[in-house]
Amino acid sequence: MDALKLIGVLIVVIGFAIKFDTIATVVIAGVATGLVAGMTPMEILDTLGSSFISNRTATLFVLTLPCIGICERYGLKEKAIDFIRSIKNATTGRVILIYQVIRTLAAAFSVRLGGHPQFVRPVVVPMAEGAAIAKYGEIDEETSDTIRGASAAAENYGNFFAQNCFMGASGTLLIVNTLVSTLAEHGFENVEATVNPLSIATWSIPIAVISVLVGV
Amino acid sequence: MNASQVVAEVFYSLIGIVFALVGVKALRDPKAEKKITTAVFWFLLAFTFILGNHLPKWITGLCIIGIAVITAINGVKQSANDVPDPKKVRASADKLGYKVFIPALCLALVAVVAATLGGSVPALSWLTANNAIGVSGLVALLVALCLFKAPPKYTVIDGTRLMDNVGPVGILPQLLSALGALFTAAGVGTVIANGVSAIIPENSRLIACAVYCIAMALFTIIMGNGFAAFSVITVGIGVPFLIMQGANPVVVGALGLTAGYCGTLCTPMAANFNIMPAALLEVKNKYAIIKSQIPVACVMLVIHIALMYFFAFR
Repeated sequence: MDALKLIGVLIVVIGFAIKFDTIATVVIAGVATGLVAGMTPMEILDTLGSSFISNRTATLFVLTLPCIGICERYGLKEKAIDFIRSIKNATTGRVILIYQVIRTLAAAFSVRLGGHPQFVRPVVVPMAEGAAIAKYGEIDEETSDTIRGASAAAENYGNFFAQNCFMGASGTLLIVNTLVSTLAEHGFENVEATVNPLSIATWSIPIAVISVLVGV
Repeated sequence: MNASQVVAEVFYSLIGIVFALVGVKALRDPKAEKKITTAVFWFLLAFTFILGNHLPKWITGLCIIGIAVITAINGVKQSANDVPDPKKVRASADKLGYKVFIPALCLALVAVVAATLGGSVPALSWLTANNAIGVSGLVALLVALCLFKAPPKYTVIDGTRLMDNVGPVGILPQLLSALGALFTAAGVGTVIANGVSAIIPENSRLIACAVYCIAMALFTIIMGNGFAAFSVITVGIGVPFLIMQGANPVVVGALGLTAGYCGTLCTPMAANFNIMPAALLEVKNKYAIIKSQIPVACVMLVIHIALMYFFAFR
């Protein structure tokens, strides 16, 4: 009978794997778990509502959007592009590495640079390939694939491993909320005093720094 | 309600207003697709944020069912946005220079400073780390408006533009944390824990760290989403085998999610990071990005396990 309780987990795994709508998947998993646990529909709605309300902190990132949007309007992305274009003595490796450092810092400060479509394709790839061509003359297709793959990867490393250094990042808030509400169920008291966005952001710094070193 | 809760409610109401404005934007756009369902989605969300806490909770529960139905039928579409004119953006970038980064730096730094002050000055105890994020958002916004001499209307225009870009997935972290709490209440964690306890010998901290990190990565590879994996694996493995054994929840949580991202780097399921960019960059082999990432992901995963082992139990 106990195994039945895993129905929610199963729904989440399958729902995400088959790319069903993510929000609907999560809500269905929640309702199913409630039903299996023997709750009445009214109790399910009540639990769903109160846990949604008590986890509103996970959506605090919205308050940072107006400022970021205005910065974009006034040329944030353009100056980042200017900066990377100003690199002297560019080699392929150096261009990609510097981009990863910039991307890591940008993620840690929640600055959107535009990712693959707006930064990697128009700026990083031409510079990285240009440097290779300047040094070796022609490059074959396989080398070009490798350079492009590495450029795209630098974007992902910077983005993934540094985003939680920002207190208002949705990942940081997810960690805080999951831990606080789970530990409360386990009878821990005053969890917020230790688990909060500041402490999670601080503890996300080591991995961000290490990711840059490994990326080299 | 104490002072910090009142401040928090004010911030949630502001978020609710942003949601409502995205809905209004859809209604006022004559060319918007699925205008009605889009507006209803954002209004329901706004309602739960502004009034949900003051009404019986089942009403919010009902709104969430409504939201899920709308997204399930793909009823939310972006409406027209006032996208900045590239020429004007270029001109202002040239005029402002690197000053344009100042508000973004404020955003991060004010949050840290405010949270630290709130934690140490008793008179500022309402300034919890969560409220500090809201404060930093407002301060940085003011800095941007003053520094760029920007018309205040851009607060709404650019705020709703970005919110609309993010779209419905923006509330996914909140829903997943809620789901995590529900799983725990229903005893899902205990069931997973009983299953896993066969693998983890008692008192082996290293194996517990390794199982948690590897499970995060594996589940992320299967689901393509580190957030979803985090709520399941943390409830099932992280809490019973690490945190209940005395591990520092901060270290476990912070490293747990990025351990999952090591899985994201290896999976075609995370198509928007690994597959779509390959097409965008006109790479011949669509797995070129993943190929480049797998060695780094493996090294990073080992580092995660080591860091967790050395720092979580200090």
